[in-house]
Amino acid sequence: MKNQILRMLPGAVALLASGAAIADELNMRVGVTDISRQVYDLHMTIFYICVAIGVVVFGVLFWSVFRHRKSLGAVPATFHESTKMELAWTIVPTLILIVMAIPATKVLVAMYDTGGEDMNIEVRGYQWKWQYKYLDEDYNNSFSFFSNLATPKSQIKNRSVKTDNYLLEVDEHLRIPINRKVRFLVTSEDVIHAWWVPDFGIKRDAVPGMLNELWAIVEEPGIYRGQCTELCGKDHGFMPIVVEAMPEAEFDAWYATKVSSEVVRQESMTKTFTHDELMVQGEGIYGTYCSSCHMANGEGVPPVFPAIAGSTVAMGPRDDHLSLVINGVAGSAMQAFGKQLDAVQLASVVHYQRHAFGNDAGDISQPQDVINLSNGQ
Amino acid sequence: MSEVIHADHHDDHAHGPAKGMLRWLYTTNHKDIGTLYLWFSFAMFLIGGVMALVIRTELFQPGLQFIEPEFFNQMTTNHGLIMVFGAIMPAFVGLANWLIPMQVGAPDMALPRMNNLSFWILPFAFSMMISTLFMEGGGPNFGWTFYAPLSTTYAPDSVTYFIFAVHLMGASSIMGSINIIATILNMRAPGMTLMKMPMFVWTWLITAYLLIAVMPVLAGAVTMMLFDIHFNTSFFNAAGGGDPVMFQHIFWFFGHPEVYIMILPAFGIVSHIIPTFARKQLFGYTSMVYAVASIAFLSFIVWAHHMFTVGMPLAGQLFFMYSTMLIAVPTGVKVFNWISTMWRGSMTFETPMLFAIAFVVLFTIGGLSGLMLAITPADYQYHDTYFVVAHFHYVLVPGALFSIIAAVYFWIPKWTGKMYDESLGKLHFWLSFIGVNVTFFPQHFSGLAGMPRRIPDYALQFADFNMISSIGAFIFGFSQVFFLYVLIKTIRSGAPAKGRSWEGAKGLEWTLPSPAPYHSFTYPPEVKNEEVHG
Repeated sequence: MKNQILRMLPGAVALLASGAAIADELNMRVGVTDISRQVYDLHMTIFYICVAIGVVVFGVLFWSVFRHRKSLGAVPATFHESTKMELAWTIVPTLILIVMAIPATKVLVAMYDTGGEDMNIEVRGYQWKWQYKYLDEDYNNSFSFFSNLATPKSQIKNRSVKTDNYLLEVDEHLRIPINRKVRFLVTSEDVIHAWWVPDFGIKRDAVPGMLNELWAIVEEPGIYRGQCTELCGKDHGFMPIVVEAMPEAEFDAWYATKVSSEVVRQESMTKTFTHDELMVQGEGIYGTYCSSCHMANGEGVPPVFPAIAGSTVAMGPRDDHLSLVINGVAGSAMQAFGKQLDAVQLASVVHYQRHAFGNDAGDISQPQDVINLSNGQ
Repeated sequence: MSEVIHADHHDDHAHGPAKGMLRWLYTTNHKDIGTLYLWFSFAMFLIGGVMALVIRTELFQPGLQFIEPEFFNQMTTNHGLIMVFGAIMPAFVGLANWLIPMQVGAPDMALPRMNNLSFWILPFAFSMMISTLFMEGGGPNFGWTFYAPLSTTYAPDSVTYFIFAVHLMGASSIMGSINIIATILNMRAPGMTLMKMPMFVWTWLITAYLLIAVMPVLAGAVTMMLFDIHFNTSFFNAAGGGDPVMFQHIFWFFGHPEVYIMILPAFGIVSHIIPTFARKQLFGYTSMVYAVASIAFLSFIVWAHHMFTVGMPLAGQLFFMYSTMLIAVPTGVKVFNWISTMWRGSMTFETPMLFAIAFVVLFTIGGLSGLMLAITPADYQYHDTYFVVAHFHYVLVPGALFSIIAAVYFWIPKWTGKMYDESLGKLHFWLSFIGVNVTFFPQHFSGLAGMPRRIPDYALQFADFNMISSIGAFIFGFSQVFFLYVLIKTIRSGAPAKGRSWEGAKGLEWTLPSPAPYHSFTYPPEVKNEEVHG
């Protein structure tokens, strides 16, 4: 008998483990910050209270449904009011609500304890990507990058097999150190988005013209995924958030390389590039930023997305072409890329467009040209 | 001369409806207009339902299979707008038209011509709104809450038609409400004091005041949108010194009372059905009236719980959390009173009673998840996920909608003089009950696991629950087509109904023959004590 139970034990453990795996799909995540754990505990407390209320209320209701039936010969009673009962079921729920409100208030106050942060990151929502800007104490060392969906179109369109992190993968993770208080300043460039990392227990709307504060002290290294949670237009479902929490030393090393490459990037603004350099760089940028509308072959999808191949813009004056890309076209899907790309990137992508797809403008675009244009010269 | 013609016409009316289709265009009769409202809302319900099925079809599996994200957003937006403004609200107004004059002992509504106008605005408003789907650039795609600047600077050109449609719907609702208030306050039979009014009349009186209070606020919001779009103002445009968050405050100052507009009349309906089939007087009538009034008051001071993630100061978050939690108290009182009404009654379970009991149970589940959503720190994790979708569908589908279906089964013998087929009604109930739970219960889980709402495609861990949800949606959708069949069968070949169609039915409407005469009470009836609080 005892042996039998022992033999069943591994099975039972496996069952429990799979139960836990299912629980992950069924319930809120516990998360990896002190706040997220407090939120989870609060959620479970309120949930159990609600279940208890449900059991009592539905218990009485179904008892009545099964017992007080005409078919069982029930004769209706005549009572129809009781001030004592009414008072009881007004006061008791109020007391239960107070019991719920106390821990809820505590957690909320703890969440609002901003300040004392070790570093600041600006989170900026765009249609439909996130931009992360590390605000270094030395302003010149601040650097930023975009985090775009990395799931290929072929998976979304069911032409290839969907991989594990389908729709939850980006080209560049937001990296943060563990055990440090990171403050996120959330805002938006266009419409309202919402930045949510379930494992940190934090979510805040990204509102244009407003700067919202959030913070997290992540305790375990790992990759944490979330999604935009405010309807922001066509690709609302396609702008995930991926945060990589790294051990402090590893993070510091990464941060240092980012800062130094930022210095290099700044210096490159004054550089003069050759045709070939611009073409190589431009092709990459075209693939990331332009090809989803104007197509990889530059043919576009007229009339909504005009062709670049043989277009009057790509064959016309260079500065007009540059300023169109910098400022966008009001009232159309053409965005103002001046805020998203730097001078080197803008110069190279425009140069590429003017010399690819059979276009041959025969001129050259340099970062300095972009800077001059932006400065209104 | 014209006076003579007028008098002739009037005589004609006293004997019954005009002949032919024009009857429906010209009618000022509360029953005809009630019928128009009910069929209109049913048509809208089917259109909105088809949109829901388009959504659920796309979400059956991860990946984009059938529609593009842009069209998906138009579907979610129009599904919400049509169900709220086209299905639920007009259905309640239709029920009010049919029932209030009969329940207060009046011949008709107080303002019959305005009644005609407030109905006939609606088909035009909705035709205009739905027609935007076929325009270049598509229809509304910014969610039924149409948050700026997505609905202003970034909206499709058709948004102007949407704004005009909302204005028309608002005008219709305000006129309907004025009519209901005028009828209730002026046309009650002698002896029917306010505290002897049937619960459905009470809940509608309060609902009508809510409508008059908030529909102009909605009109203000869309007018500001119109100005931002066409006249270069910047109410909601941060770049011009405006504030997108202000839009949300204005919208939800309308929107939260709106939520109760869609549930208070349901409370009234259930307060008629449960006593009838328990064969026992409604428990705690007075506290039921006070509870509805408290809910209506609280509905004005909780709006920002829809905006917990928008970035309000701590004091604001705490205020709206506490005030929202308070709503649980009067709502609880109502549930406890219904159960006490059932307690030691002598119950039978005809179709209206089944729907009413399902209402109490499933609405309470929706109420409990609402209580969870009120807890601000936890709400950060629930906000804009499928947990919210599950919550509000539990209060609106097995809540508001089930009460409307229950009301149709309950009063259709009075309206048509014919009884529906009980076994078909029960089949309809069980299909709907299973369908609604299979659709919406799993959405609690996908929401807690982190699935955002309003997305056309989702990560792989949400696949199972979405598939179940889609299957449930089709069961539910087709069982409502079956409802249409049950209704038509009743109207064409139902068994004759008695004046008092249900053994335990109380109230003035049951003292009339079935079908009720065209001008319900030509002389004020006597209000007997045993007929009140039905």
